[in-house]
Amino acid sequence: MSTPEKLLQMVIAIAIFYAVVAGILLATQFFKSKTGERIQAAAFLLPSLALIGLGLLYPAVLTAWQSLHGGSNIFVQEFVGLDNYKTLFTNSQELEVLRNTLLWVVLTPIVSTGIGLVYAVLVDRAPFEKFYKALLFLPMAISMVGASIIWKFMYDYKAGDQTQIGFLNQLLVWLHLDTYNFLLKDPWNTLFLIVILVWIQAGFAMTLLSASIKAIPEDMLEAARLDGASGFKIFRHITVPSIRPTLIVVLTTITIATLKVFDIVQTATGGNFNTSVLAYEFYRQNFVANNQGLATAIAVVIFLLVVPIVIYNIRQMRKLEAR
Amino acid sequence: MRTRTFRTAALAVVAVAGLGLAGCGSDDGGSADTQTAGGTSPGEGVDGCEQLTQFGDLTGKSVSVYTSILPPEQAAQEQSYELFTKCTGAKVDYEGSDQFETQIVVRVKAGNAPDIAYIPQPGLLKTLVGSGQVVAAPQPVADNVDKWFGEDWKGYGTVDGTFYAAPLGASVKSFVWYSPSMFKKNGWTVPETWDDMLKLSDEIEKTGIKPWCAGIESGEATGWPTTDWLEDAVLREDGPDVYDQWVNHEIPFNDDKIATALDLVGGILKNPDYVNGGFGDVDSIATTAFQDGGLPILKGQCALHRQASFYAAQWPEGTKVSEDGDVFAFYLPTTSDDYGKPVLGGGEFVAAFDDRPEVQAFQTYLSSDVWANEKAKATPGGGWVSANTGLDIDNLASPIDQLSAETLQDPEAVFRFDGSDQMPSAVGAGSFWKEMTAWITGESTSDALKNIEDSWPSS
Repeated sequence: MSTPEKLLQMVIAIAIFYAVVAGILLATQFFKSKTGERIQAAAFLLPSLALIGLGLLYPAVLTAWQSLHGGSNIFVQEFVGLDNYKTLFTNSQELEVLRNTLLWVVLTPIVSTGIGLVYAVLVDRAPFEKFYKALLFLPMAISMVGASIIWKFMYDYKAGDQTQIGFLNQLLVWLHLDTYNFLLKDPWNTLFLIVILVWIQAGFAMTLLSASIKAIPEDMLEAARLDGASGFKIFRHITVPSIRPTLIVVLTTITIATLKVFDIVQTATGGNFNTSVLAYEFYRQNFVANNQGLATAIAVVIFLLVVPIVIYNIRQMRKLEAR
Repeated sequence: MRTRTFRTAALAVVAVAGLGLAGCGSDDGGSADTQTAGGTSPGEGVDGCEQLTQFGDLTGKSVSVYTSILPPEQAAQEQSYELFTKCTGAKVDYEGSDQFETQIVVRVKAGNAPDIAYIPQPGLLKTLVGSGQVVAAPQPVADNVDKWFGEDWKGYGTVDGTFYAAPLGASVKSFVWYSPSMFKKNGWTVPETWDDMLKLSDEIEKTGIKPWCAGIESGEATGWPTTDWLEDAVLREDGPDVYDQWVNHEIPFNDDKIATALDLVGGILKNPDYVNGGFGDVDSIATTAFQDGGLPILKGQCALHRQASFYAAQWPEGTKVSEDGDVFAFYLPTTSDDYGKPVLGGGEFVAAFDDRPEVQAFQTYLSSDVWANEKAKATPGGGWVSANTGLDIDNLASPIDQLSAETLQDPEAVFRFDGSDQMPSAVGAGSFWKEMTAWITGESTSDALKNIEDSWPSS
């Protein structure tokens, strides 16, 4: 099908959708009673419910169902029960993937939020505040793949007697130290990959936290200062408690982003040298190794891990909005 | 000519008889029935169209082609189809994708398969045949392949006894790149045996140069150059029969013979005296991009780099690639005379998902010597070769392509397709790459091979 044909099809589909919705709404406007209002409300809800069902629920259920299947013919899969989950939680390589994912999920939110918070407090009301903030925020504007390529060059390895391309190894050469193959030795290589995401996310954390810090009432801080509280005590007992809801939103948002991290691993190491994480392993198993069963099992596990965090995150955001 | 006319007539009869059965023609284990559109073909009497006139007048029809061959190679591909359009009136809709291997599966699953796909791996062909949507090759294609290609090549286009896909392009992997000018200056000669090659390496090492350089980093495919090394070594040490048993898992992946072959590779790639010229220690092989792997040859930092013919494209502009130039390649020598001259290589296969006359006509065209020579002429910059023995080597532009074609057409050559491309993807695109990477960075031969053996799918 050519592009104009596809566009035409799209326009027709949208027109039909509008016609159906308009028809339902027109038909229900004649109900005047209390029940009628209920029917009207249902009519308004119906299109979005149908779309959620088709676009979200159906694929989710299908994925869960596929995760119970396997076999070498990817077009005709056989039912294998929980075998894929068993592989995921017993195979040594998959266990390494789980270990790496845990490292990512624990370290990235804490370190980026920590850096963002300290930075926000330090530059708060300092001269050139906006300039300093822009410095930390800029990486946020770079795509994940772009950032990973930049860092791949930073980490590039050549033996000490060769011309260096990587900045970090050039630093080591200047310091008369041996060059180091950053992306090769596990588990340290995972930490070096985490640095990339922290570099991106710290700016996000700093921006949100800085706004929240600025919202702390001035008289509260003044009262503390009059009482003779030191800078650290103000930070510990006034700043942090006042911005607690924002802190939690930032932490959970970054956690969710971390669980989905894929681009960095794919670009920097291709999941080699024991650096793979769940989201990347899902892609690899599905599209490279043609192992749909294991891939969908991984997708289900990621989903189960993300759901509680999302629920918590939404609750916190509601609290934040209610204030 | 009499026989050809007779055959065409016979095929036309078969085709007419087969029209009513067109839908079920692909499942009978043999070749698909030949279809014809009827009418007078525009190619009647035109030079080079002899095989295509039997499909009738295809004016206004089109064939969709889906492939991983992207620009700049795409232009030469499309140019080589001009004769097809002239002969039949049908045009070709070409679509290239850098995600071909994953997308073709998605498209077939979704019932949106192209008419023709160029499949770069026999393993993927097997996977796709599992969908039941690939149609067997029609008789003219089978005849062409019997005539112009070796049996080994036909075998790679065959799944469970049915011949589906004719070979298209080819590449030769059993090459070692070197610098003729550097060799001349130092009085080194191209080695004829594996032992000579090791002696040469020792000699080079004494001059203070690390003789070998290598790079196997290739994103998620990291490790594939090492799998090629091992395959070449198995072919040389144990011969094509053991190689086939190994690839088809009739012997365990970690058979002693394979371990010996891998240690043979380790004698070069894991020998700190031999590698990794221009980069660093043995480990640096794992983090060096395969595209960069051989470049230190130009700076005189290493002398030898084992990589396929397509590495020619990696040399910077202005590098003279010829037997008396800056870089060239020699055939990776054998360890004994027991198994002739094994050649490891790759290539694409033309699989069809439809049996309309224009699709069959295009399959026929691509499998002919006419197309192979058209394609060679349409590629003046070089970088393309085919295993079609009807290909006139003089039509190839670059010395390395000529060397590849000579290697493929050598009567002593025993061709074997890249093993990792034939294995189930869980191994061939998974554990094999991964474990060969881990092996470079320190894992033992027995552990690496055992891990791959354990990952072989049971069903």
